[in-house]
Amino acid sequence: MRVADFALRLIAALALWTGAAIAFEVEDRQVYTAVPESSVLRIISTADRAVFEPIIAAFQQDNPGITVDYTITGTTDLMQAIYNEGAVFDLAISSAMDLQTKLANDGFVQSYSPANAASLPDWAIWRDQLFAFTQEPAVMVVSDKFFALGEAPQTRDALIALLRENPETFRGRIGTYDVRRSGFGYLMATQDSRTSETFWRLMEVMGRLDAQLYCCSGDMIADVAAGKLALAYNVLGSYAASELAATDGFHIVELTDFVNVMLRTVLIPVNAENISDARSMVDFLTALRNRPDLVKASGLPPVDMGALQDNPALRPIRFGPGLLVFLDQLKESKFLRSWENSIVQETP
Amino acid sequence: MRQPTSIRKRLFYQLAAVAAVLSLAFVLVVRGVASRAAEGTQDDILAASATAIADSLSSEQGEVTLELPYSALSMLGTINEDRVFYRVTVDGETLTGYADLPVTNVPTRLDVSAFSTEVYRGDEVRLASILRRVSNTATGSEVVVTVAQTRSGLAAISRRITVTATGVGLLFFLLATTLSLLAANSALRPLSRMTSAVTRRGPSDLRPVTAETPAELAPLVGALNSFMARLRSSLTRTEDLITEAAHRVRTPLATVRTQAEVTHRKLNKPEHKQAIRDMIRAIDESSRSAGQILDHAMVTFRADSLALDPLDLAALITETCDRLAPTADLKDIALLRELPDGPVPFKGDGIMLQAALHNILDNAIKYSPEDSDITVRIEANSALHLSITDQGRGFGNMDLESLTSRYSRGANVGDVVGSGLGLTIADEVARAHGGRLELSHSKEGQGACVSLILPYV
Repeated sequence: MRVADFALRLIAALALWTGAAIAFEVEDRQVYTAVPESSVLRIISTADRAVFEPIIAAFQQDNPGITVDYTITGTTDLMQAIYNEGAVFDLAISSAMDLQTKLANDGFVQSYSPANAASLPDWAIWRDQLFAFTQEPAVMVVSDKFFALGEAPQTRDALIALLRENPETFRGRIGTYDVRRSGFGYLMATQDSRTSETFWRLMEVMGRLDAQLYCCSGDMIADVAAGKLALAYNVLGSYAASELAATDGFHIVELTDFVNVMLRTVLIPVNAENISDARSMVDFLTALRNRPDLVKASGLPPVDMGALQDNPALRPIRFGPGLLVFLDQLKESKFLRSWENSIVQETP
Repeated sequence: MRQPTSIRKRLFYQLAAVAAVLSLAFVLVVRGVASRAAEGTQDDILAASATAIADSLSSEQGEVTLELPYSALSMLGTINEDRVFYRVTVDGETLTGYADLPVTNVPTRLDVSAFSTEVYRGDEVRLASILRRVSNTATGSEVVVTVAQTRSGLAAISRRITVTATGVGLLFFLLATTLSLLAANSALRPLSRMTSAVTRRGPSDLRPVTAETPAELAPLVGALNSFMARLRSSLTRTEDLITEAAHRVRTPLATVRTQAEVTHRKLNKPEHKQAIRDMIRAIDESSRSAGQILDHAMVTFRADSLALDPLDLAALITETCDRLAPTADLKDIALLRELPDGPVPFKGDGIMLQAALHNILDNAIKYSPEDSDITVRIEANSALHLSITDQGRGFGNMDLESLTSRYSRGANVGDVVGSGLGLTIADEVARAHGGRLELSHSKEGQGACVSLILPYV
């Protein structure tokens, strides 16, 4: 029995038992009321309030009268809410491309042609249902206490060698996603495993060093900045970058062998009620790169063909049915078993 | 439906109908072939995907298991953005994938793909299934791998092909229609050429049609030509008969006249003399008619090959007037000539012109009262106007046009005998010279004016 599955069932059972309407786990919910209010746009999202608040404010300025009801949840919960529970939202924004792809593939998403579709690269739109509006690399975050600027390893092989040579320094001081709990972590891990065999060696080494597992990038960054962790692997680059502006004590390393780039996507669920406002928001988000002020305020790097061409190490994850492969029941359980065997080890 | 009577229209409609049928056939065939090709491509990729999945089946501790290859599904995303579903069943139990995917066409032989089309999750999907045997137990398990894909990409391709094929078909039809219009016109051009060749002909031109004719029209032209030849020979025979008759009658008439004059002199009783005088007048008239018939035959004959001799019209008029002076004197009619002093040069057939002038003057004398004037006048403008004016009874209220037709006589001729050929002869002579005969009432209010209008050649 998978832990995530078990957790979901437990939550569902609890929800039923308590009589609550919502079974997926809501991390936060904020209603940005418009005065006067003409309509309500209900968004379910995995993006933190701090990241998205400037975008909502700018959207409301451009489209007065729309109250935004912003619900924050995890990637897996977002999938659970829409796929299994039929929760009604007008927009779903997630960083888990594979789960978003599955929603679109399995018929939970309605089609729309954004006003500025022609100016977007082909790979930023899938089936006229998934619209990418950011491209965010998975990076390594290192603590200033352990690494002086420029001393951190630049490749996975160098990282493995460093960890092997200094087990006592790093034991218990390495962080990464718990891929059983985070859809984004799972996506990054599976893409890593597709790209290179070093991933499994790295997991093996990290497991031996009693790696700490996290649900979210924010917690990892905070622990690295505080010096509790020496480094965190596969952290969402955009969060790290915006955190860096506010916090000292860590810096960001983009590995040079390869960097997976995730596309944050927005979709309109098939059961959306306020479709016209949802479409306005899709138009607004897909035009994000024309708003440098919002890019700066939110810390979300917009879709940019040029950046990908300049840095050959960047590997954007492509939309397509291939993303469904690691969501296969057998494949997922096998992957999680391998991952657990590698990383969840009893300290000898 | 009434058949259009125009050959061109019929030809055009039939060719256009053929073009329409061919265009439609073209569109349908192209669309059919292209759609089948596109469907075949999708089937091939689905089969390849199913095979790739089947290849990664294995058994682990007596259980069938699967390591779903990334490429098996990602390859389906390379040509379009269609939705993809799959299902793997072991002995009928779903191992993984979409458990509710309907697999109706279950393959019965190993490694042979079976295809079907179903509706799944609100869309039409194409399914490819493949059967494998995995030796996890002593007997082994039958595993069916099914991969399905929606067909909206296919529909888009089909739509694009349909639009293109329809456009090309329409273009083809328009081109073919234009060409068939040209073809119909070109096929009928010899016909219209012949029509205009025949239409341009004069009323007495009965020569065979020699214009170049296409093989299909040769029988028609041959028939026409042989008909005209028969008509011509029949006309000629009739004319010959009349001429011959006139000729044969004239000579005996002269003899009869001489005898009558001799008898007139010998007779004493005035009533007998009167009877003989009447006889002589009738003989004169008959002789005159015979002369006119001969003149007419001569004019018709000469008109076919007009001689253009230089001649002096003034001399010709003087000679003709001199010849008719005795006849005019009998009725005390003065023949006044208003001619220029010098000669009036003209190119034409002297004999014909003389015949024309003779007949006009003869008519004028015949219809003029005793003791009156007949004026012959020549005016030269852009054409020669040769007019003879008398003081006779004129043409009355007659239709002047019809007077020139053969054997037609005025309504007011009364007691004067005549054949009605005089003006016809003059008219034919004028026409042969490219001119015309004009009849009018003379300016003095009484009498007739006959003008020969002859253009200079």
